[in-house]
Amino acid sequence: MIDLKNLTIEKAHEGMKKGEFTCTELVDAYLKVIKEKNKELNAYLEVYKDISEQTEKAQKKFQDGSATLLTGIPFAIKDNILFEGHIASASSKILENYKATYDSTVIKKLKEAGAVIIGRTNMDEFAMGSSTQTSAYGVTRNPLDPARVPGGSSGGSAAAVAADMALVALGTETCGSVREPAAFCGLVGLKPTYGAVSRHGIIAMGNSLDQVSPFGKNVSDVEIIFNTLSKYDPEDSTSVPEDLRVSKTKTNSKKIGVPWHLFENGVEEVVMQNFKESLEKLKNSGYEIVDIKLPHSPYSLAAYYIIMPAEVSTNLSRFDGIRYGYSAEGKNLLEVYKKSRGQGFGKEARRRILLGTYVLSHGYYDAYYNKAIKIREKIKEEVMQAFQSVDLIATPTVPILPFKLGEKMDDPVAMYLCDIFSAPANLSGVPSMAIPSGKTKENLPLSIQFMASHFAENILFEVGKKFETIR
Amino acid sequence: MNLTDVENLAELAKLELSQEEKEQILKDMEGILGYVKQIEEVKIAEVSPDYSVHNVWREDEVIQKDFSQDSIKEQFPDSQDGFLKVKKIL
Repeated sequence: MIDLKNLTIEKAHEGMKKGEFTCTELVDAYLKVIKEKNKELNAYLEVYKDISEQTEKAQKKFQDGSATLLTGIPFAIKDNILFEGHIASASSKILENYKATYDSTVIKKLKEAGAVIIGRTNMDEFAMGSSTQTSAYGVTRNPLDPARVPGGSSGGSAAAVAADMALVALGTETCGSVREPAAFCGLVGLKPTYGAVSRHGIIAMGNSLDQVSPFGKNVSDVEIIFNTLSKYDPEDSTSVPEDLRVSKTKTNSKKIGVPWHLFENGVEEVVMQNFKESLEKLKNSGYEIVDIKLPHSPYSLAAYYIIMPAEVSTNLSRFDGIRYGYSAEGKNLLEVYKKSRGQGFGKEARRRILLGTYVLSHGYYDAYYNKAIKIREKIKEEVMQAFQSVDLIATPTVPILPFKLGEKMDDPVAMYLCDIFSAPANLSGVPSMAIPSGKTKENLPLSIQFMASHFAENILFEVGKKFETIR
Repeated sequence: MNLTDVENLAELAKLELSQEEKEQILKDMEGILGYVKQIEEVKIAEVSPDYSVHNVWREDEVIQKDFSQDSIKEQFPDSQDGFLKVKKIL
């Protein structure tokens, strides 16, 4: 019996290297859990049929000595990541039968490493949501309490790792879609620097914000995945060339800034209490905690909800029922468009397309879109300025605890507010990591997030590993 | 915003909406716009005109790609003689 609960990438690697278990035995252990739990949790939309071919390739790597840390490691991937020959639906009806015609760069990298991709996981439709309830294929339940949501939009990937249905997983972030489900499922989730990991082959939501982001049960697993995926990719015009990937933050950095003014209100008492306790523990371990001000950041979520829908309305215009995906019958071409899109997109996708169309339309463009990108520029400036005087910024990851299924579905703004602390990192492009920071009396997970300056992921891993020993 | 505005937006976005949904969307939009409107109160004196978000261009060049014509054609909702079939336009 493999102890999946305490398994890490390094332990699994050692186990396979020493021959304690084979790649197939490891994957089978996860498949067994999937068989037991997926019906209730709905983390996976599909378990792939070519797993045995993948494990055979991985096993060969162990035999010929070319195995690396990710060889044979079972991954779950979010349903918006293209894997050639496999369906990628973005959990939307409009892409129900869409089969990827090429590999995304991240999948190419995982294949090269010999990782085993078990299946695709449920998500909010087109990554639009914070609870995995907008999927066209049903909700995903939180493994820690199946009456509650796993967070979102990468909720299926989070639930898969938290329930031992995969060792690690890939999600994507546009604004908190990995850190928030990591917080709700008791995992580590990293949103890398914008431009660090290739977006090539990812079904786009907000191109200026999206990043592929790993989930793991600990910081070290997330670090290993990040180091494998964070490479310049000429296929992604926003991928940052290797020589520009420099960070000024030195290792062994101990100064943490806390923008207290951002969360005077709206944070649940138990979350706030836990956050303060976490800071106390960090202080006792030699970290210096200072108060910082980010004057424009209180507007980050509002700016985000203008910029993102604007990009959504543009991105999703490609889904028209003509070249691929769901296509409805119509009398003429215009009717085919309207019916295919009207029936193919779910409610939240339709809402955001219309919102984006509005903020970009004549007469409103300056007041909304142009103002929002100016605010974004100011937020970026002030975040970068903050990193002149501090090495890290800490906030609670999410202001609330995982909520019950069905909640917040009728109130879009209440749902959007789940990501209030996520937005500054996505808008400014800096990396940010969520780390479990304890549990409530009801056994619900709590989480702290750290931000660092561009390409200072190593500083996040450093503080994260330290925090794992003191929390 | 009123119902006609929602209808115009749906027309621009090429989305067919039911009457019930139009009314729901109008309500949702009021809530969301009410929230995002807070950006109006931000005074921004000056922002560097060199926004960090800009287009990245490159020369077109012929290179080998690994996706096949067949896998793309398989996705066509409707086709004839290997060509994508659409409704008559003219």
